[in-house]
Amino acid sequence: MRGAKTLTALAVHSLLSATAHATDLHGDPLHGKAIYESRCMACHSLDRSRIGPAHRGVFGRHAARVADFDYSPALRSSSVIWNAHTLDRWLTNPEAFIPGQKMGFSVPDPRDRADVIAFLASPEAAN
Amino acid sequence: MGTQRFAHVTTRRGVLQGAAVLSAGAVALLAGQPATAAKMSKGGNSARDVSTLNTALALEHEGINAYTLGAQSNLLDKQVLTVAVKFQDDHKAHRDKLIQVIRMLGGTPVKEKSLAEYAKELDVARLKTQADVLDFAAGLEKGAVNAYLGIIPAFSDGQWAKLAGQLATDEREHFTVLTQALGRALPAPLGFGA
Repeated sequence: MRGAKTLTALAVHSLLSATAHATDLHGDPLHGKAIYESRCMACHSLDRSRIGPAHRGVFGRHAARVADFDYSPALRSSSVIWNAHTLDRWLTNPEAFIPGQKMGFSVPDPRDRADVIAFLASPEAAN
Repeated sequence: MGTQRFAHVTTRRGVLQGAAVLSAGAVALLAGQPATAAKMSKGGNSARDVSTLNTALALEHEGINAYTLGAQSNLLDKQVLTVAVKFQDDHKAHRDKLIQVIRMLGGTPVKEKSLAEYAKELDVARLKTQADVLDFAAGLEKGAVNAYLGIIPAFSDGQWAKLAGQLATDEREHFTVLTQALGRALPAPLGFGA
């Protein structure tokens, strides 16, 4: 019985953790830069489109606006503008946010997402 | 410079080519029945999996061309070049496997860009020494490990998640050798994908 209560508490905690949003957190752009360099830069860079589009100036920009990148039709037809809220939803689960897009990568941890978003919004990643 | 350490890498096993047990889908593919093979993919969302596998294929195309650019830089000594060619061969094996799977699932493999496009995208003009090239390669391999770990949860079919794990293992091996050649400390445990 006691074990069942503990399991229930753990399940509730897990649910709360899973639904946490990066927008509830104050992001650290320095840590976000480190995460960006170790994970995002496999496919992206700030200034050159590669597997994914270049990211400089992405914060505040309309989706699918990097001229030299071949976006999915799903992203091209979206009306999303990248801000803390939309980037959080995108990085949580890109396919759930914009079905038919091409990115298979996600950032599950809300703290990491907040930090990456803070880096993308920082002067270092701005135009 | 660590050339000796780099050159003393032993030939590794052919993870993707050797003793792998063929799935029912692969058997169907070999029998000339790609449609049947696609249906045999264990349920899931094949179109979504193809998209994610194509991301992996794009990474392998880039990796192959990055090693070509490194080899053409004339910055690598002979021993280092030998190992670089070996790593490039690994990436070619990855590419071939991914193309096979994508086609089996009824998808169209993403095309390779030109060498000039990769040179521009990867900004290889900044590479001036052998250490620069090794650092560049280590960065790409590290990124590939993290990318493959990162896409594992996206697959609807566990066999492709396993394939991504196999690819990550090979890239990690490349990264380790390059790190040793550069005389750097190995990363902390659980450092990848974190």
